[in-house]
Amino acid sequence: MKLLSRKHIPLLATFLVTAGLYTAAALRYEYFFTYDVAVSLLRDNAALGIMAVGMTFVILSGGIDLSVGAVLGCSSVIVARLLMDAEWHPLAAMSIVLAGGTLLGAGMGGIIHAFRLPPFLVTLAGMFFARGLALVASVRETGVESIGIMHDWYDALDTWSYENFPVTVLIFAGVLLAAFITLHFTRTGRNVYAVGGSEPSALLMGLPVARTKVLVYAISGCCAALAGIVNTFYTFSGNAHAGTAAELDAIAAVVIGGTLLSGGVGTVVGTLLGVLLYGIIQSAIMFEGTLNSWWTKIAIGGLLLAFVLLQKAVQGRGKVDNRV
Amino acid sequence: MTISRQRPLIWPLLALGIMLVLNVTSVPGEHWWETSFDWATLAQSETWVRWDADTGHYVGTLIDIALRAVPIMLVAFGMTLVIATAGVDLSVGAVMAIAGALAGYLLNRDAPPGLFALLASALGLCLVLGLWNGVLVAVFRVQPIVATLVLMVAGRGIAQLITDGQVPTFDDPAFGYLGRGYLLGIPFAVILTFGVLALLGAVTRLTPLGLTVEAIGDNPVAARWVGLRVRTVTALMYGISGLCAGLAGLFVASNIGAADANNAGLYIELDAILAAVIGGTSLAGGRFSLVGATLGALIIQTINNTLSRLNVPPEQHLVVKAVIVLLLCLLQSPHFRALFTRRRAAL
Repeated sequence: MKLLSRKHIPLLATFLVTAGLYTAAALRYEYFFTYDVAVSLLRDNAALGIMAVGMTFVILSGGIDLSVGAVLGCSSVIVARLLMDAEWHPLAAMSIVLAGGTLLGAGMGGIIHAFRLPPFLVTLAGMFFARGLALVASVRETGVESIGIMHDWYDALDTWSYENFPVTVLIFAGVLLAAFITLHFTRTGRNVYAVGGSEPSALLMGLPVARTKVLVYAISGCCAALAGIVNTFYTFSGNAHAGTAAELDAIAAVVIGGTLLSGGVGTVVGTLLGVLLYGIIQSAIMFEGTLNSWWTKIAIGGLLLAFVLLQKAVQGRGKVDNRV
Repeated sequence: MTISRQRPLIWPLLALGIMLVLNVTSVPGEHWWETSFDWATLAQSETWVRWDADTGHYVGTLIDIALRAVPIMLVAFGMTLVIATAGVDLSVGAVMAIAGALAGYLLNRDAPPGLFALLASALGLCLVLGLWNGVLVAVFRVQPIVATLVLMVAGRGIAQLITDGQVPTFDDPAFGYLGRGYLLGIPFAVILTFGVLALLGAVTRLTPLGLTVEAIGDNPVAARWVGLRVRTVTALMYGISGLCAGLAGLFVASNIGAADANNAGLYIELDAILAAVIGGTSLAGGRFSLVGATLGALIIQTINNTLSRLNVPPEQHLVVKAVIVLLLCLLQSPHFRALFTRRRAAL
C-alpha cells in the first residue's frame, strides 16, 4: 500500500500544481474563471490531448513515439486533399486516414519488437517518413501549399455543439474515456502495464509481449491521425507543417502527468491534467498580455525538469538507467 | 590504439566515394528520373577543386560540400562522444540557436564587445548548458533523452527571449570571418572544423579519456567499480557536446549574418545522430569514431547536395532520409543480421 501511494505522488503533485495555477490565474485575471475560458482551454488543446493519450500507452509500455506530430500533419493534409480534390465523402476520407495512421504505428511497433531496435530511432524514421509524405501530398499547382477545406460537413460541425461543448472536445473526451477503460478494466491494459514494468517478466508470465508492443504503437498512430482530423475541424485546413514539434509537447504533457518514462506507472487521468496544465500556462500567458509566447516554452521546460526530478526522488536511488 | 574494436572505416569511406561520384557525374534533367550520367567529368579535376583567380579562393564540389557540412560535422563530434557514453543529446539544435542569439544580441548593443569576449561568452554559456545536461544525466541519473529534452523544449524559448522574438542581423567583419572568411584560399570554417576534429581526436585517443568513455558506455557499473570517474567524465562529454553545438551555432549565425532563434539548427540533432551511426558509433554505447562521424556528416551533406542538384523536390528529401535511417538501424540490429546468417547456415 505504501508503494502504491509513493507511485502516485507525481500525479498528486500535478493535480496540486494544476489546481493551484488555475486558482491563481482565476484570482489574478477577471474573466479567467468562466465557462467560456474553460471550454476554449479544452478545445484549443483537444488535438494535443488526443496525441498525448496515445503517447501515454507507448510510454507506459516503456517506449517512446516521436512520429506523432508528423502523423498529425500528414493526416490533416490527406483528409484535406481527399475532401477537396478527390471529393471523397468525409467519413471515407477519415476512415482511410485513421487506418493509415494505425498501420504506420503498427509497422513501427513491429520493427521495434522484431529487430530489438531503439524505439527512439525507429519512430524518428517514422517521423521523417510521415512529414515527407505530408509535404509530398500537399503539392498542388503552385507547389507545397496549405489546403483550405470548404465542406458542408465542416460548416455543420463548426456550429454544432452539445451543451456548449464543441465536437472536438467531445472526441477528446471519448478518446480519454476509451483509453481509461482499456487501461484499467481490460486484459490488454494490464498487459501494457506488465510489459512496461518488466518485459522479461511479462514474457516469462506468458503474456503476449509482441502483440502488446505492436498494439501500443498502433494506438499511438491511430490517436495521432485522429488528432490530425481534429486539427482540420479546428483550422479548416490541411497543412503539411501542422504539428511540428508537437511530439515534444505530447511527451512533456505525459511526463508532467506523472507517467514514468521508464514505463509501467501512470494513468491517462494524469495525462489529462498534464494537457490542462499546458493549456492553463498558455492561457495565463495570453491573459497577462505583456509576456510573450516563448515564455510558454521556458515554463514547460521548467515544469518538465521539476517533474522529472520529482519522479527520480520518488523512484529512489541506486538504479542505473542508461536506456536511450 | 592497440585495441582494434573500431569498425573499419572502409564502409563509410566507400559510401562517401560512391555518393561523391554520383554527385559529380550526374547531369540533372527536368525531373530526377531523367538524370543522365557523364562519366567524363570524373577525370576533370576542376569539377572537384579548382583555383578561382577572380576571388582568390579554391572552389568546386569538394569545397562546397565540406563548407555546408560544417554545422553537422561540429554537432556530430559532440554527439558521438555523448552516444559513446550510451547517452544522447537532443538539445544541440536549441543550444545552436542560443549561441547565435547571444552573438546577435551582443553585436547589436550600443557598445559591442570585442571578438574574443563575444566568442568566450557565447561558448562559455553553451559549455554551461552542456554541463547542465551532463549533471542531470550523471548526477541525477535522469534518462539522457529526457534530461536533454528539457533544454530542447526550453532552449528555443530562451533563444527567443534573448533576441526578443526578432531575427537580429549584423555585419561585423571580424565575426563574419568565422562563417565567410577564407584562409589560404580555403574556407576558414572548414579548417577550424578539422582543427576541432584533430584536437578532440588527440584528447580522446592519445590519452586514456577515449577508453574511459567507451568503458562507461559499455558498462557504467563495472566502470565505476574499476575506479573510473564515471560521473565527471559523462558530464564532461555533455559539456563538450554543448561546446561543439555552440561553435556550430556561431558558424551558422556568422555565415548568414543573422540569428534566427526559431530555425537555427532545427532537426540537426537527427542529422548528427545519423552521422555518428553511419560512422560506426554504436547507439548502445561503448564504441565511437570521430573520423567516422566526420565521414557520416559528409555523406549526409553529399546526399542533400545531390538531391537538390537532381531537382528532387525538397519535400521528397525527408522520405529518402527516412528510408536511409531505417536501413541503417536495421543493419545495426543483430536480430536483422541473424535473419541472413541463419538462412545461409541452413543452406
